[in-house]
Amino acid sequence: MIICRNVHKWFDDFHVLRGVTMTIKRQEVIVICGPSGSGKSTFIRTINRLEEHQEGEIIVDGIELSHDIRNIEAIRREVGMVFQQFNLFPHLTVLQNVALAPIWVRKWPKARAEEVAGQLLERVGIPEQAHKYPGQLSGGQQQRVAIARALAMQPKIMLFDEPTSALDPEMIKEVLDVMRELARSGMTMIVVTHEMGFAREAADRIAFFDQGNIVEQNTPAEFFAHPKEDRTRLFLSQILSH
Amino acid sequence: MNATSAIRRPPAPPGAVRWIKKNLLSTWYNVLLTLVALIFVFFVSRGVLRWVFFTANWTPITSSLKLFAVGQFPPDQVWRVGTAVLLVSFFFGLSWRVWGGTVGTFALALAVGGAAVAVLPFELSSGVRLWGVANPLLVGVGYLVGRTSLGKPRWAALGWALSFGGTTALLTGVRGVSWLPRVETGLWGGLLLTFLLALVGIVASFPIGVLLALGRRSSLPVLKLFCTLFIEIVRGVPLVTILFMFSVILPLFLPEDVRVDRVLRAMMGMTLFAAAYMAENIRGGLQAIPSGQIEAAKAVGLNGLQTTVLIVLPQALRMVIPAIVGQFIALFMDTTLAVIVGLVELLQIGRAVIQSNPEWLMLDMEVYLFIGAVFWVFTYAMSYASQRLEQTLGVGRR
Repeated sequence: MIICRNVHKWFDDFHVLRGVTMTIKRQEVIVICGPSGSGKSTFIRTINRLEEHQEGEIIVDGIELSHDIRNIEAIRREVGMVFQQFNLFPHLTVLQNVALAPIWVRKWPKARAEEVAGQLLERVGIPEQAHKYPGQLSGGQQQRVAIARALAMQPKIMLFDEPTSALDPEMIKEVLDVMRELARSGMTMIVVTHEMGFAREAADRIAFFDQGNIVEQNTPAEFFAHPKEDRTRLFLSQILSH
Repeated sequence: MNATSAIRRPPAPPGAVRWIKKNLLSTWYNVLLTLVALIFVFFVSRGVLRWVFFTANWTPITSSLKLFAVGQFPPDQVWRVGTAVLLVSFFFGLSWRVWGGTVGTFALALAVGGAAVAVLPFELSSGVRLWGVANPLLVGVGYLVGRTSLGKPRWAALGWALSFGGTTALLTGVRGVSWLPRVETGLWGGLLLTFLLALVGIVASFPIGVLLALGRRSSLPVLKLFCTLFIEIVRGVPLVTILFMFSVILPLFLPEDVRVDRVLRAMMGMTLFAAAYMAENIRGGLQAIPSGQIEAAKAVGLNGLQTTVLIVLPQALRMVIPAIVGQFIALFMDTTLAVIVGLVELLQIGRAVIQSNPEWLMLDMEVYLFIGAVFWVFTYAMSYASQRLEQTLGVGRR
């Protein structure tokens, strides 16, 4: 589904990604963790070209990411993304947020797009908020709207960039529940997160990033029970002990 | 009070009498201050009212209303200006029903203004009185039409677009139509000219300003350079100079047989001037949009144009409404500079009226006060509309 080979990226002189190689199969759920600044967010942002990689290749669903704008747009139609800061459109209602892309990108009739948007809001558990504006919702509700908005394009792959990091603790669960349901439904997902409970339960594979590359990857059971690298053990001891 | 007692709700705001007692009469020096203030207000307002109603002589204005309204527009053709206003009143009535809110306030103001003209306590031609009566009627007719199946936003918008052509035809005349002979724009004047200069400037400078602002932030170097140069050059030159350039220099560059109308040249100058400032205001709004908004739009697959039109501009423009309206108000005031290129707008009419009669030379205060009041009414209307618009759009702010 996604093939990354030897992906490099620099921000000016700073070498953020140092030859990341990773293959993700259909319906796989990957959790990416690692210390901040390790390049994990940058990596998933290269997959839908919010960041440009300078070396190596990324192939998503058979389409190679290149400078060709048509390829980029084709990939963005197939890849949904959820951001740490939600990034809902504040001037549109919740329903309009979700229905916007199907109407303008998929060229669906408005009625159909809004019907589907309504069903998605039902799926993420907030159908009653459809006509409110994002600013009137709690953080957890906003993030669930953002998930519905990404799903509205019927993507084959969903990217999550620290979806719970900006949330109050009591709202994290409602978002993770939606993500768990999505994982069970067979969606291909790449999730950057520090929620190790979610990783243990929902992930097929955990990849640990440090200094711009994957240090080790394994099934959750193996990853938590028998981390191979010292760096991974240190990281796990730090985040699991608090 | 013991620990189990509930916390009391704060007391409700006091009534008028208690408010006065608390804020104006609470101590002996507050009583004194209140008294002094009251005496001051009394004498000032008595002086002002006495001057307005007894001392001042408003004859220059009451006997020159036609000049103030339309300048040298041929007297037998003035009905065309009146009809144009009636057309606008009709569409205000229609839009009142369709959109409601602030539009309704303006429709009402138009109706009340018309009715006031009908009952003004000094000599007016019966035609003007009739127009005053017709104005509120047409607002009402528009409102009633708005209740039929024509009362849809799209029909109202189409009507406004058509009314633009209609008013232009009425004011300039149509070739080959005997009852609409051509009226040279040089004969336009007074409030009519002020209004047209401002309206065209506002309506045209806004889209140009949006395009310039977008162009200045474009990634295409040539476009960016062009927009930046245009904005910086125009902003570096006084409006008076630009008006001069358009009226004197522009004809030198055009072929002999192409003559651009003097009013049109002033309109073009004012539009370009306003557009440069508008662009910078709008650019401020564009820069305030968080990059996350654009990333989110890209991530759901919107292309660049869609991102700009659907996501960035609606948010950016809403943020800079106060600055944009301030710009509109300034533009309205700047129409007085059209005198530089020989146009006789409201302020010049005032000067001409004062000088037209030796007895009126001493009455310049009355005339300028009247002109100031007229400007204030329209600028306040704009400012009011802007505040209402902000409130309406304020829903769902982040």
